[in-house]
Order: sequence, then structure tokens, then C-alpha cells
Amino acid sequence: MRFINNQSSGKIAEVIEAETTRFTAQCYDLYGLPPLGSLVHTGDVYAIVFNASTSSLEPGRKPLARGKDETTEEDIYKSSPQLAKLLRSEFEAVTVGFKDVESLRQYLPPQPARIHAFVYLCQPDEVKEFGGSFDFLDILVNAALPIPAEELIAASLRQMSRVQDDPRAFLVAAGKELASLLSSQYDRLKSILGRLS
Amino acid sequence: MTDRLGIVTEASLERGVEVRLDGPVSVEDMVVGRYVTIEGQQRRFFGMITDVSLGVTDQRLTVTPPDVTDPFIREVLTGTSTYGSIHVTPMLTIGGDAESILEGPQPVKTIPGHFSVVNLASEEDIERVFGSEDPQRFHIGNPLDMETKLCLNLEEFVKRSNGIFGKSGTGKTFLTRILLIGMLQKSQAVNLIFDMHNEYGWEGSSEGTTGKVKGLKQWGQSKVAIFTLDKENSATRKVPTDFTVQIGYDEITPEDISVLRSTLNLTELAVEAAYQLRRRFGKGWLRETLALGEGDTSQEDIDGILKEANIHESSFQSLRRGLGIIQRLGFVVPQAPEDAVKHILNQLDRGVSVVLEFGRYREISAYLLVANMLSRRIYAQYQERSEKARANDTALPQPLVITIEEAHKFLSTEVAGKTIFGTIAREMRKYNVSLLVIDQRPSGIDEEVMSQMGTKITCLLDNEKDIDSVLAGVSGKNELKAVLARLAPKQQALIFGHAVPMPVAFQPREYGSAQSYKEFGQAGSQTDTARAEKDIEELWE
Repeated sequence: MRFINNQSSGKIAEVIEAETTRFTAQCYDLYGLPPLGSLVHTGDVYAIVFNASTSSLEPGRKPLARGKDETTEEDIYKSSPQLAKLLRSEFEAVTVGFKDVESLRQYLPPQPARIHAFVYLCQPDEVKEFGGSFDFLDILVNAALPIPAEELIAASLRQMSRVQDDPRAFLVAAGKELASLLSSQYDRLKSILGRLS
Repeated sequence: MTDRLGIVTEASLERGVEVRLDGPVSVEDMVVGRYVTIEGQQRRFFGMITDVSLGVTDQRLTVTPPDVTDPFIREVLTGTSTYGSIHVTPMLTIGGDAESILEGPQPVKTIPGHFSVVNLASEEDIERVFGSEDPQRFHIGNPLDMETKLCLNLEEFVKRSNGIFGKSGTGKTFLTRILLIGMLQKSQAVNLIFDMHNEYGWEGSSEGTTGKVKGLKQWGQSKVAIFTLDKENSATRKVPTDFTVQIGYDEITPEDISVLRSTLNLTELAVEAAYQLRRRFGKGWLRETLALGEGDTSQEDIDGILKEANIHESSFQSLRRGLGIIQRLGFVVPQAPEDAVKHILNQLDRGVSVVLEFGRYREISAYLLVANMLSRRIYAQYQERSEKARANDTALPQPLVITIEEAHKFLSTEVAGKTIFGTIAREMRKYNVSLLVIDQRPSGIDEEVMSQMGTKITCLLDNEKDIDSVLAGVSGKNELKAVLARLAPKQQALIFGHAVPMPVAFQPREYGSAQSYKEFGQAGSQTDTARAEKDIEELWE
């Protein structure tokens, strides 16, 4: 969070892989990752971050352990400044809507994001606007993701609730929407609600 | 609480409408017997809540219930995964289609569409259904949990025989008193009340704090006459009576004895003997029969008479014992000084209602004898007059309502065919005479008679047979059964039938306090004024 707040106004990443339902972006700064569940946009496409990773630039080359003689983790990076260039932080986001001429639509966009498009973290007022409708929950509930959808839904609702005037009312309303989406899947509903309260 | 309750999720004309409650609506606010409106696309439906239940969308919720100590989880699940639902029986269509607008509420013949919105019925809706107080309509109480007035069209009400039922102590007398006052004030009918427990004439007892409530006479001095069978008793209770009824031997007929058969414990042959003796002695049969055993007549003479009339000695003794009981009733005299029936008819003809008090004669035999005998003769008069009026194309006699208590004694399957009340109940208003039947054992009343009753008002009943007999033939019987069984033991009743557009559970209006007297008084005077104005208008037409 600390990191994000500092750079919230600017672009944070660039799309390096895109499909209709999701895209992958590489951060400009090492560890400059948006938190799990945060709302980002690139061009007109809105997406929610569901996965992030930091790894070596070259796929075959594994990082080595370097901290044996250092006292803090920070010292490792100070003594090997090249590390920031050899490692990269990437995140994946699931598309949850787009902006057309008139308004925000919470369903899949006609075109996926473009490669090299800049990715921005949504500002509080954008998040608030997006949180005015819960149609995106349907996409998240049904998305095939490498992480449990319950975790992602709970994380994104927690993120969104922070910018609302009445976070609790927002969560209750979202919970009710989920209850009707998951009307016959009480176990899933229960695990999401457990992560919200 | 909001007015919107939920939406229709399932419906069938036969089984009623299933309504899923909205999240904010609490199941606990839904009371059986309440009125709701359903906003269909073309019609508005008016119905009653007949069941309330809880539902879950996923059965696993009931197996592993959520942590309800967490207010967040409780709030989210309420109205979504766990919800309340109500079962509504649609009764009428109000407004919407042309017919309903022109002719008022219509019986329901279809069902609302999917997801029609269900609201609590507003005061205006209820008023549209039950009407407001006017010269014909009398405010008898309020639908349960509501402020709206339930008004009964008394002109319609008195056109047919009606019944008031309920277990002992549930407020039958109270209700009857209110209704009688209403009829006195708002209908053209005159009443003849056989007042077994001296409750209606001058003063009645009340279980409230005051102990005493005003009777009919105190509402209309000139419109009510109190007749008594027991002058001394009436005097002790300081009741101003208009006439003391005495019955002469020659007024009693074998038919009267036949009605009393089981009460007097007579055999069939003993009743038959009464008919034989009348054939032998004519009008004075009772006096002659009683005299037969009184010393003067020798045993041979008696034997001779019995043999001639083909009566067995034991039947004769049985009859004599029964007649002895009648003879010992204080109001039965060898020769009545005045004809009670003539006096009663005189009063009724002048539009004066008659309350006949029984004083101390509270035994059922006295009640059966007097009520049956007087009613038979009065009915015969009405019958004759109605037929004459029809033949000559003149006005029919003023409608007469005869009020009887312990009705199952008169109208049981065995005697309904013999008593005059069975005839009146069946022939209905042909001769402008109808019954107001008060009873605690409706199952004892003949089915045919029950089926002919126009409007039934019932307080709490808990005997299965009684409930079945009261509700026989009513549509939505099972739903009404649920409502009936849940009435409070006192001061709540269910009314259904001819005079109301749909069954209603209601609380009778207050009666007995100074304020209630004032309200009754106002209603009465308004009616008089309205009637006078109407008369004036008609005069100028």
C-alpha cells in the first residue's frame, strides 16, 4: 500500500500479454505491484488484479542467495544494484468491465487490452463509481482462475469498501448480491462472507 | 415497517399465492389474517395472509447454520439465502378492470402474474372492500391489527338467516348485543329476541370493569318493548317491562310437546298419545288430560278413554309426567288473561322490537316451549300477511328477525323438521322472517339449516366437529380454519358469508364505556337524520 500510494497518480505497468478475459502486465518498478483485488485500468478496460509474481528476467536463470554477509535485506539490493534490472515484477488481472461512450459496463469488452498499453491503478473516485454496481461479481464468481475465486472476491470487495462513505453498508449490499449469485452454493458464500467481516 | 412486502413467486387459484418477503420485511410483523393487495398487471387483488413460513435457498444452511452472532453475516443472509415467505389467499379483485370499478370488489377468478408486487393493504383499500359507515352500514369492529372500520351492510344482513357461534365465554352475547343495537339503529327490520339469560333487554352483564352494560331498551325507548315471563324477577332487577307473558293451557299443542320430547324424556308413543288426546278432547286437551288423573275421574273412566283412544297406560303416564313439568312452569296458567302473541304482533307491527325475558325460567324446556310456540304463531301470521300482500300487490310486512339462543336444541337433525325454526331457516326470507341463531355447538345444528345461513360470525371454536360444521361449504376452508383456530379466546371473531365481500377476522368494537356509548349514540342519530332527509327527498320526487 505504502508503495502504491506514492505513485497512485501515474502509470504503474505495461501490458505484455492480453486476452479478452485477462491480461498480464509488467511493473515499471521492481515490487511496484498493485495489491491483490485492486482495480486497475488500461485504456478503456477495467480489471481486477488476481495474481502477481516477481522472477528473473531470463527464464532459465535462477536468482542466487546473496545475503549471507549482509545485515538487512535492503543491503543486498544496495550492494548489488543490478538486481533491480535483472528481476521483474508482473501481475495478472481479470477483465471485469470497460468504459464505453456512455458509461461503465460491467461485462467483457469488445476488444482485449493492447500490448504495451499503460496500466493505471484506479483512483478512489473511479473505484467508487465502479463499486456502484455489483454486476462484476458475476464475472469473478464464474472466472476460471489459478487462485480460489472466493479469495479474490473478498479481497477486491475489501479494497473497494475502503473508499466508500459507508464501508459496512457497501459490504452488506455486496454480500446480498453474492447471496443471490451463490444461492445454491452456500459453502462458497460462507467462505467469502467469512473473509469480509 | 414498509408497505411493500415482497413479490409473488408461485400462485394457483386453488392453493393461493406464495409471496417471498423482501429483505427488510420482518417475518414477525406478518400476522395471519392481515390484508394485502397484489398489484397485477391489469388487476389489483385483495387477499388475506393465511400462513407464514421461513425458507432457505440451500438446504446446507439448515444443516450447518451460519454464525449468527456476527451481525454482518446475519444482515447479509436475511432476505437473501434465508427468507420469509407468506401464503396469501386472494379473495377479491379491486379496481383495475372495468367491472371492479363499476360494481365494486369482485370475487377472484384468476391469479396475479409472476413477481407481482405485494403490499400491505392500505386503509383506502380496506375501506373500498368493507365500506364505510353510512345509513345502511354499521361499524361492528375492526379487522385484526388495523384501525380501519369493518362495516356490515345490515340491510343485506337481515335478508337471510344468520348465525353467531363460539365457545362459551368467547363473546357471543357481546357480539349479539352490538349487532342488535346496529339493527335497531340501521335496518328496517324489527327484532323478536328470546332472551334466555336476560342479557339484551334493559341491562346486560359484562366481564369488563363496570359489570353492567346498556341493553337495547336504553338505546331506543320507543323502539323496544321488554316482555317478561317472570314479572317478579324483572322487578327485582328493576327492569321496566311492558307486558307479562302468560301461556294458557289451550295454547299448547301436541306439536310443542313433540319438540320437547327429548328434553322432557318422553317416549315416541307418549307423544303420539298427546295427538290422540287432542283428537279426543279438542282444543282443551291439555286441561282435560291433566284433570284425568286428579281424583274426580274414576280409574274405569280413564281406562275407558285410553282404550277408546288406543293409548297404552305406560305411554299415558309418561305423557302425564312430562305435562306435569310444563304445568309447574310459573307462566303456564289454565287460562291466559291476554293473548301474548297478539301483543307481540301489535308491537312488531308498530316497528317496535320485542325482547322476551325469561327471568328465572332458565331451564331449556321452558325456553324451547315458549320460543317455539310463540314463533310458530307469529310466523303463521307473517306467512298469511305475506301471501295476502303478494296476492293484492301491496307492501310486504316489515322484515322480522327472530333471535334464539341454544339453537342446536331447536335445529338439531332430529327436531329441525318439527320446529318452526327449521322451517324459517329453510324457507328463508320468503315471508320476510329470518333467524339470528346463537349457539356454542354448531355441530349439533342440522346440516341443511347451516347451509342456508347467509352470514356466519364465529368466535373461537376448538372442537373439530364444530369448526367443520361452521366452515362447511366455504371456499378456502383450510385457510380459514387456520385463522379460526388462532383467534384469541375473547373479543375476536371471524365473519364470512352473504353480508361481507370476503371472510374477515375482526375485533368487535368496544361497548360498555362512556366513550363507546357516545359513538353508538352518534351513529344512531346520524342514521335518523339521513333517513329523514331521504324520506323528504322521496316525498318531493
